[in-house]
Amino acid sequence: MKRLFMLAALLSLVLGVGHALAQAAPNFDDPAEFAKQKANLTAAPANPSDPIYLQHIGTDMVDTAKFKKPAPWTLCFSNAATDNPWRVVGLKNMQAQVAVDKANIKDFIVTDAGGSDDKQIADINDLLTGKKCDILMIAPNTTAALTPAVEKACAVLPVIVFDRGVTTKCPLSFVHPVGGYGFGIAAAEFIAKNVPKGGNVLALRILPGVDVLETRFSAGKHILTDAGLNIVGAEFTGGDNAKTKSIVEDYMQKGKIDAIFMDAGATAVAAIEAFEDAGQPVPVITGEDQQDFLQKWKADKLTAIAPTYPNYVWRTAILASEMVLSGKPIPGPEWVLPQPSITADTLDKYINTSMPPLHYAMCGCEDFPDYPARWK
Amino acid sequence: MSLAETVRRPTVSFAQRFERLAPLALLVVAVAIYAAIALGSGQPQYMSFDGVVGVANRSIALGITAVGQTFVILLGSIDISVANLISAAAVLASVIMNGNPAMIVPAIAAVLVLGFVVGLANGLVIARLEVNPLIATLGMSLIVQGALSAFISNFAGAVPDAFQYFAYGTVGPLPFSLLFYAVLVLLAWVVLRFTKFGSDIYSVGGNVDAARLAGIHTNRIIIRAHIVCSMLAAVAGLYLASRLKSGAPWIGKDGVYDLESIAVTVIGGTILAGGRGGIWGTVAGVLIFSLIDAIFNLTGTDAFLKQVLRGVIIVAAVAFYAVRSKRIVA
Amino acid sequence: MSNEAVAKVEASSRRRRLPSINPIYLVLVLLIAAIAIKNPAFLEPLQFMNFLKRAAPLAILSAGQVFVLVAGGFDLSVGALITLTVIGASMLQSNDPNATWWVICLLFVLGALVGLINGLVVVLLRVPSLIATLGMMITLTGVALLWSGGAPKGYLTDSFRFFGRFNISGIPGIGILPVALIVLVVVVAFLWWLMHSTNYGRLLLAVGDNPRASQLAGVPIGRVRVLAFVVSALSGTVAGILLGGFSGVSPDAGNGYELQAITAAVLGGAQLLGGRGSVPATVAGAVTLTAIFTLLNFLGLPNPVRSAVQGLILIGAVALAMYRRKHAGR
Repeated sequence: MKRLFMLAALLSLVLGVGHALAQAAPNFDDPAEFAKQKANLTAAPANPSDPIYLQHIGTDMVDTAKFKKPAPWTLCFSNAATDNPWRVVGLKNMQAQVAVDKANIKDFIVTDAGGSDDKQIADINDLLTGKKCDILMIAPNTTAALTPAVEKACAVLPVIVFDRGVTTKCPLSFVHPVGGYGFGIAAAEFIAKNVPKGGNVLALRILPGVDVLETRFSAGKHILTDAGLNIVGAEFTGGDNAKTKSIVEDYMQKGKIDAIFMDAGATAVAAIEAFEDAGQPVPVITGEDQQDFLQKWKADKLTAIAPTYPNYVWRTAILASEMVLSGKPIPGPEWVLPQPSITADTLDKYINTSMPPLHYAMCGCEDFPDYPARWK
Repeated sequence: MSLAETVRRPTVSFAQRFERLAPLALLVVAVAIYAAIALGSGQPQYMSFDGVVGVANRSIALGITAVGQTFVILLGSIDISVANLISAAAVLASVIMNGNPAMIVPAIAAVLVLGFVVGLANGLVIARLEVNPLIATLGMSLIVQGALSAFISNFAGAVPDAFQYFAYGTVGPLPFSLLFYAVLVLLAWVVLRFTKFGSDIYSVGGNVDAARLAGIHTNRIIIRAHIVCSMLAAVAGLYLASRLKSGAPWIGKDGVYDLESIAVTVIGGTILAGGRGGIWGTVAGVLIFSLIDAIFNLTGTDAFLKQVLRGVIIVAAVAFYAVRSKRIVA
Repeated sequence: MSNEAVAKVEASSRRRRLPSINPIYLVLVLLIAAIAIKNPAFLEPLQFMNFLKRAAPLAILSAGQVFVLVAGGFDLSVGALITLTVIGASMLQSNDPNATWWVICLLFVLGALVGLINGLVVVLLRVPSLIATLGMMITLTGVALLWSGGAPKGYLTDSFRFFGRFNISGIPGIGILPVALIVLVVVVAFLWWLMHSTNYGRLLLAVGDNPRASQLAGVPIGRVRVLAFVVSALSGTVAGILLGGFSGVSPDAGNGYELQAITAAVLGGAQLLGGRGSVPATVAGAVTLTAIFTLLNFLGLPNPVRSAVQGLILIGAVALAMYRRKHAGR
């Protein structure tokens, strides 16, 4: 008994200390970044006549003449994971671009870290040991953890980081769409425009602690509370359809829901079905550019918007690498790609009923010769 | 041979020797495949000193955790709370250090205390409340996860550069982490082989009731072994905090350290029912996993096919020597 | 002893024994009451039917899992089998509603095959079921990913989703009757009969309780075990069909369900490592687990508290069961 008591005391001490210290830690609510992304959402690209996956917002470039190498090149890529459909479609985009440019690319080496930081560090080490890479592209699993490995790579190779960033300035360029705050802003502004003050919003989130998702919700929360809307709940669905449906059903019993804010579109259709099954009208909803959501939106004539975190960033990474190895300057140290949202006006352009349900419409891949077969 | 000599020298049957050496045989096969692929595909740089050290260094976190897991599996127990505990340890270390090298020692102390407390809790629930170890540690895993969630919305703390020596420092040509691991394994082997605690673990694992009747304080042994396991998981968390320069609440789950540490221990010849096996088998198991990963990278295997093959390999590796066993297996 | 003395001893021992009703039923009633207090609309037929519809897949899965638990093993592969079932259905149907029936038949064949392989690996290759089904879980996840290329290719047709999603309306008294509930009742009735009224069920309990004695008594323990794995896998297929119907196509529908199923069975009083378990109590355990999740949804507790609560309930339930077992003299 005494031991149990001691143990409880120790545990609470440890947790208490830890918790107190945690209060001083930074969080995902950076007003400077918020303002920057808000501006970038509506900014015009510097090269509007180029295809969208080559456009960049801002005019800073980096010189790459010293990295020029004769083709054919070996491109290396350390992938964080292919554990969700967005990444699966993304990798296909990369492979399609490599196939189109195969005259210049003799080898495309890909390592997959299966979602583990530890493994990705080991993978990058492996790629460096192999000494075959002319350039290294990295899609980091998490921001801080990969920094030492990236710095090690920068010392010997040109490095392109895309999707998620790292906390070092050594890579040539960080290629990314506008960002998480932008996604949240687009979704929340739509809700604020369509729901009168005092309305109830249910926020459905995938996972806690993922920086690219936390920024979406933090931005959305600002805009929704500023517009006088109540966030009745912010629930984590884990990306699970059944759980999403259960949560929505339970919240419907608690009170009226005027809008659903989602930080990713994976379970949007499940949320819509929860209303359908209950015989209730579907409220204002934000999703993402997955085909199943877009098709349901059109079929049920919903009031919705699909902000995107465009999948063409994967394609841009390959193109950026090729530009570096040809000595052409690329936007840097950051290459900010446009991040359009799909609205009721542009919906028809993006719907394609023959594509799989979790295909991302904003993939920028329609002009590939093997489209749509590769993505089916 | 006189009668006295026969009685004094216990014969080790071929079956027992096979079971003991089987993990080593598997390791040799894995090394051979790795070498063959490295040389055959024209990438001999992977057989260089750097390459080989790279393979060995791949799975330090898993290795440290597996040493602890071996202690409890030898008892006939199990611990699936290690993954969340690793995350908790990394987050706690990162938060306490908060970028300040002076706080490294307090952080290490706090993390070890955390490991001690969780191990004590596990051991008490299993020994005193007699809850099945799978359920007890599953419950503890959920409780630790709950505690972790409290830190999740803040990307907690920062690891100072000085602490990175643990994971990235070198002593001569070898990484410090590899040396640390080697010393740890040696210590564990000494404890298991030469101390009373070690032999008690084997006794309790072999037959709990017989051990109790023989005068061993089985509850104390169970609690101590779980404390060892959890403290080692905490050390693995420290290592990861150093390697990833941050403490993130999901690194334990992402690395699947719970199921993998069990898998490598069993592949290494320690049976789940307890009483048989040892540290060297576990080390072989960890190396086999590293080699499998390295081989997959060398051959550029598709990520999904990797999954399929991993599952088959785990079962095949255990079946390799389990099939000869005469025990009834559930 | 005289007759009166014997009678007195018997009467007093009857009084001293704890009541023999399984506490899980009381817990379930208390939980439903708690939810109803927090949200009175919960007891309305529509909401309550929805709640049971939500619990159906887990209930069926747990009822199958308890067969393996009673035999002394674990089946960790059922979650991955659910995922494979959902993905397989989406791939095979190719949006063709007429394909539903043969697709469902094929999925059952697949499930039976998975169960058969699990059972044979445990019985013939003597790999412990924890490892065997862990390997199968990893492999099935890989197969699902490989087959679908990482993202499911087609939608699940309405005719397939009929079982999991459709509600028959206009039933007097309760308003709607979900088809999933009908499936649940049919399957649970069958499994109840199989475990508690057939010779097979009796053999299963014997094998789990004392495999060596059963073997010596001539029980075909291999066949009994393999059949248990097949039952568990088939229940996974049914759960997958219901879950896919309820929630639509997704790349990882079944994640984590295997541990939930084991938890539900343990809450219902099943003894890990074999010998004791009951289908109705397990189903009650599954509904209880769903009720706990629902209550936590309604209370809107922060996430950290939810995980910790789950962990404490799990440990508490099993500790209570062990206490009862020791003091109720059973």
